[in-house]
Amino acid sequence: MKPTRFSPLEANSTSYYGLLGLFALFVLIALAAAHHMESEGHYVTGMTNQIVWGTPHIFAVFLIVAASGALNVASIGTVFGVQDYKPLSRLSALLAIALLVGGLSILVLDLGRPDRLIVAMTYYNFKSIFAWNIFLYTGFLVIVAVYLWTMMEGRFNRYSKYTGYTAFIWRLILTTGTGSIFGFLVARQAYDAAIMAPIVVMSFSFGLAVFILVLMAAYKWSNRPLGDVILLRLKNLLGVFIGAVMYFVLAYHLTNLYVTENHGVEEFILLGGNVYTMVFWFGQILLGSLAPLALLYLPQTGKSRTAIVLASILVILGGFAQLYVIIIGGQAYPLNLFPGMEESSSFFDGVVASYTPSIYEFLLGLGGIAIAMVILTFGLAILSFLPESLSDSIMRESPAKSAKAAG
Amino acid sequence: MTQTHDTNNSQRTAVGDEPVDASRRKFMGVAAATIGGLTIAPGVILYATAGARPVDQPVSDTVRWGILIDTNQCSEGCDDCVTACNEENGLIGHDRPRTDAQWIRKLTAKDKSTGHVISLPMMCQHCEHPPCVDVCPTGASFRRADGIVLVDKHTCIGCRYCMMACPYKARSFVHETLTDQKAHAPRGKGTVESCTMCVHKVDNGDGTTACVDACSQEGHNAMMFGDLNDPDSAISKRLAQFGGKQIRADLGLNTGVRYQGI
Repeated sequence: MKPTRFSPLEANSTSYYGLLGLFALFVLIALAAAHHMESEGHYVTGMTNQIVWGTPHIFAVFLIVAASGALNVASIGTVFGVQDYKPLSRLSALLAIALLVGGLSILVLDLGRPDRLIVAMTYYNFKSIFAWNIFLYTGFLVIVAVYLWTMMEGRFNRYSKYTGYTAFIWRLILTTGTGSIFGFLVARQAYDAAIMAPIVVMSFSFGLAVFILVLMAAYKWSNRPLGDVILLRLKNLLGVFIGAVMYFVLAYHLTNLYVTENHGVEEFILLGGNVYTMVFWFGQILLGSLAPLALLYLPQTGKSRTAIVLASILVILGGFAQLYVIIIGGQAYPLNLFPGMEESSSFFDGVVASYTPSIYEFLLGLGGIAIAMVILTFGLAILSFLPESLSDSIMRESPAKSAKAAG
Repeated sequence: MTQTHDTNNSQRTAVGDEPVDASRRKFMGVAAATIGGLTIAPGVILYATAGARPVDQPVSDTVRWGILIDTNQCSEGCDDCVTACNEENGLIGHDRPRTDAQWIRKLTAKDKSTGHVISLPMMCQHCEHPPCVDVCPTGASFRRADGIVLVDKHTCIGCRYCMMACPYKARSFVHETLTDQKAHAPRGKGTVESCTMCVHKVDNGDGTTACVDACSQEGHNAMMFGDLNDPDSAISKRLAQFGGKQIRADLGLNTGVRYQGI
């Protein structure tokens, strides 16, 4: 049995530096956008005293959730012992780190006072889930880095099982923490539900979709063989995850629909005829969930690589749609200060808040993705993250059984 | 800015944290008390009558400041309290209603079935269990021992989580560069702010807030400020006699602002 051979990407080509340069350019543009929002003040954005979290937060939460999801592949290999996934563990962990750093960068750059990051690192209120998340996020980076090290350094391979378990449990807590940011908000009817935590925990599909696209792109780019065996396994897993996300979304809305006091916000999202209704039904459900399921499982398209790519892109767009509905839609629905009464004021009480995102917010969000891609592109070229071959013949040899180096 | 710093230290002392500069504070306290005693002796009497604390004393939970609002006396269209608050705290609009700060606003609520309309001022409700304080990652949102909920402008990082958490939509984010702020009401771009219950006036022993004062001056008498802990205070007596409700009482936050006629 041959052990899996890993090697860095060829990084001497002009196209490699071109790609890296393109991502770096997006990062620079995002920094300029953040600087503009910072120096002018947030009035230049679409965010207001009504919609206090906007487009940057959609991008940030997506990347954080996707980071956890991207680690799934490594967890399945290490924790659940599925051999076929073991050669992919290194890429899975690197992608998780890259996505998390990208997401956190957006959050920090959108703060009213990003210059006070040191304050956030030194003053803590431990009743705040935000304060906990600071530890959960930085802890995740450290734990996954150690996990990677134990996978990549031969002398420490025997510890990779333990580091892998730790990373697996930590990411479950991390996404619980992220979901709880919304679950702990008693003020707003769209949130304030324990199910917000598992919805975010179970949003594995976002990260897996990103992983599949990155894997296919990296192998195409480096002309390395990527066989159907591993790709079809990943495809089936993506289908299961899409179903799981849909189940939690269904449970969330059914629970809300049963409770009379939540009828207003449910009607607003599901039947309101507004932008959130459109994004929910067409973006999240139709294009983001049902269409990829069809692409992945219909006999006509089920084994097509184009269909897998398209399905992954749709899952990512559906993820953004889902977070748009939760984050923006949840804030747009007015607070209920006097149940049963119509409210009005100069401060937009009782009216649906409008939100028009600014270009700066989009650029900052794209910059977060670009930061993740810079880390990934750079990482793949300097260290041995990618197996030299994932061809069907190699995979059928159960390569990882003999490839302890894979973790 | 000094005012904010003082109030913060008072809070931390009150909740039991050992202040790092205790000896310096003690010296300054003694010095202030001595100078105060020598120069403005009548001020000591003023403190006693208005229920304020000497500057060298930490904020105490023996008092709980509150405001009682009688919506039956509050007329729709009157915004004297809002004008007074803006004037007192230096809030200037920028013709951008969605991002301009509002510490207090007039809210109209109409009963869908009966058509009955009430008008009332809405601001920070100074909860005993404030959700904004719970969620603040750095502890910049805090509640003083005397019940006043404030934002420490030195440690607010502008994450706006408190704005997401407040059930009363009482907080504003400063969306632009500010100039000419009032020394007693520190404000700054990129931080969150809300009604301070005119903490500078309360600590000064004024025994009122700008909004309550304006409402009384204009003869509306729809607002009353006082110590909810003192059964003999006017506000407590009125609450005992006529009652007073909390907005969103179902949340169990025990607000310091109470309403009659809702």
